[in-house]
Amino acid sequence: MKQKIAIAVDDLTVAYNYKPVLWDIDLQIPEGVLMAIVGPNGAGKSTLLKSILNIIKPLAGSVSVYGKSYKKQRSLVAYVPQKGSVDWDFPTTALDVVMMGTYGALGWMKRPGINEKKQALEALEKVGMLPFQNRQISQLSGGQQQRIFLARALVQNAAIYFMDEPFQGVDATTEKAIIQILKELRKAGKTVVVVHHDLQTVPEYFDWVTFLNVKKIATGPVADIFNDDNLTKTYGINYKTSIVQ
Amino acid sequence: MEQYLELLFKDYTLQIITVGTAVLGALCGVLGSFAVLRKQSLLGDAISHASLPGIALVFLILGVKDNNGLLLGALASGLISAVFIKGIISKTHLKSDTALGIVLSTFFGFGMLLLTYIQKLPNANQSGLEKYLFGQAATLLASDVWLMVAITTISVAIVLLFWKEFKIVLFDADYTLTLGFNVKWVDTLITSLIVVAIIMGLQTVGVVLMSAMLLAPAAAARQWTNSLATMVFLAGLFGAISGVVGTAISASANHLATGPVIVLIATGFVVFSFVFSPIRGLLFKQIKLWKNRNDLKLMKTLSFMYEIVKTHDNISHPHKIQLLNNFQGYTKKSLKKLQSEDLILLNKSNWSLTEKGYQVAKNLYSHQES
Repeated sequence: MKQKIAIAVDDLTVAYNYKPVLWDIDLQIPEGVLMAIVGPNGAGKSTLLKSILNIIKPLAGSVSVYGKSYKKQRSLVAYVPQKGSVDWDFPTTALDVVMMGTYGALGWMKRPGINEKKQALEALEKVGMLPFQNRQISQLSGGQQQRIFLARALVQNAAIYFMDEPFQGVDATTEKAIIQILKELRKAGKTVVVVHHDLQTVPEYFDWVTFLNVKKIATGPVADIFNDDNLTKTYGINYKTSIVQ
Repeated sequence: MEQYLELLFKDYTLQIITVGTAVLGALCGVLGSFAVLRKQSLLGDAISHASLPGIALVFLILGVKDNNGLLLGALASGLISAVFIKGIISKTHLKSDTALGIVLSTFFGFGMLLLTYIQKLPNANQSGLEKYLFGQAATLLASDVWLMVAITTISVAIVLLFWKEFKIVLFDADYTLTLGFNVKWVDTLITSLIVVAIIMGLQTVGVVLMSAMLLAPAAAARQWTNSLATMVFLAGLFGAISGVVGTAISASANHLATGPVIVLIATGFVVFSFVFSPIRGLLFKQIKLWKNRNDLKLMKTLSFMYEIVKTHDNISHPHKIQLLNNFQGYTKKSLKKLQSEDLILLNKSNWSLTEKGYQVAKNLYSHQES
């Protein structure tokens, strides 16, 4: 069976100050997979997400979403940034942050109304944060903040989700809750791409994996390519899957 | 005070100046909130200092002191400095504080140079440009103030119109990009509004103190609320009050410069808010800390008593207070406090745990072990 391609990255190259961060990446992400991007620190994992989302302008290369340019398909894509990328002391509430997920559909100048609030409340419920809707965001735990970010992306009701280390600094309960939601998304036919750090959980959580270290090392089903060979190529040390699994 | 009110009702000039400083304070408070939340507090400082050469150059070219013309020069110079700052940050490895510092001192230095040059010119019109250094509210004309009112109204309308866009860009710019908004455009709009507010305040407060007008009301307002809308409103209110009160004080006390007085009032709001705000104020934080520490001390005493009592069959068996001497943390006061909470009973030189005290200490202990 040939799967539809949700995201196609062609010859993507990104450099900061002449130092290449991503080198000539070709990557095809099939529709409906739950994919981990793994690689050592500085491998360009976050940069890959950001250049696919056009937050970072690549030196060369192109990205297409379901065969068309990302700019035309923006509404199909939702992004969950790293939790640490924003100031959580910003004066706002959990509900308000989740409502931001509706802003894209609203467009310029239109204010969110009852409908948008309803969508936000539903998303809050999905991530188990409904009781905290009026909580100031600085008073949420790291795990709760991560759930809020996830809920904000869920509100967008996208086809493709990009998440930058959603399990970083969250407790075990939150991790289980988040992975449950990701699996539900996959079941609903959505494509989910996650920058992931914990190699041990890759086989348990994901069905697709991309090894990245400036260049793309490998991409494919976890069952086929998550092995010592690729881990060693990516991390540069001799890996034994027996330790990892 | 009474004299001032009487003056306010009779004196048209004072009325005009009061309106002017009030709208200036309000607008600076509103826009300053965005500057503070954008972590660009010093951008305003750099831009206001950088407007000085614009004023001086326009005077040199026109040779007259046309207020609006001079302010247009200030506006151009301020905007150019903003472009320089953003350019330096994005094109070099320099951090934003360095970029701000370089632009601020270069532009301001050049402005001062021109100012001293102008003062040596044989032109009867030359004096008075210094008023843009520290401001001179008394020179505000009715036409100036109506212009200020118009600018403030338009600016506030723009803020309300793009409220949602401003909020999301301030909170999470990268995410905003993925939603399809032009973040650069929103950012430029915010900066432009701030620049216009700064130029509007030059005549009243001056280039040197202008940034305080932006930052002080916003910093004070942040202490009282966790809602952006309330913060912006409060900052506007604090700014307006600073303007009105500052003008009143300077009108009552002879020849006190209005700009510095307004800035001092605004700073007063900051100090008061940092100490007394119930949410983030230092005073309440300190009180909470003391209370927690005392509670902890009491519980430690109680758990020490529990250790003694638990070897006996009868939990209410009285013990000598001297027994507690092995334990350093108790005082007469803390024992009395424990008694007042029904945790222990005191009887002359003896103490005994109550049933409640026993249970509290027991749970405390089991909680620690788990």
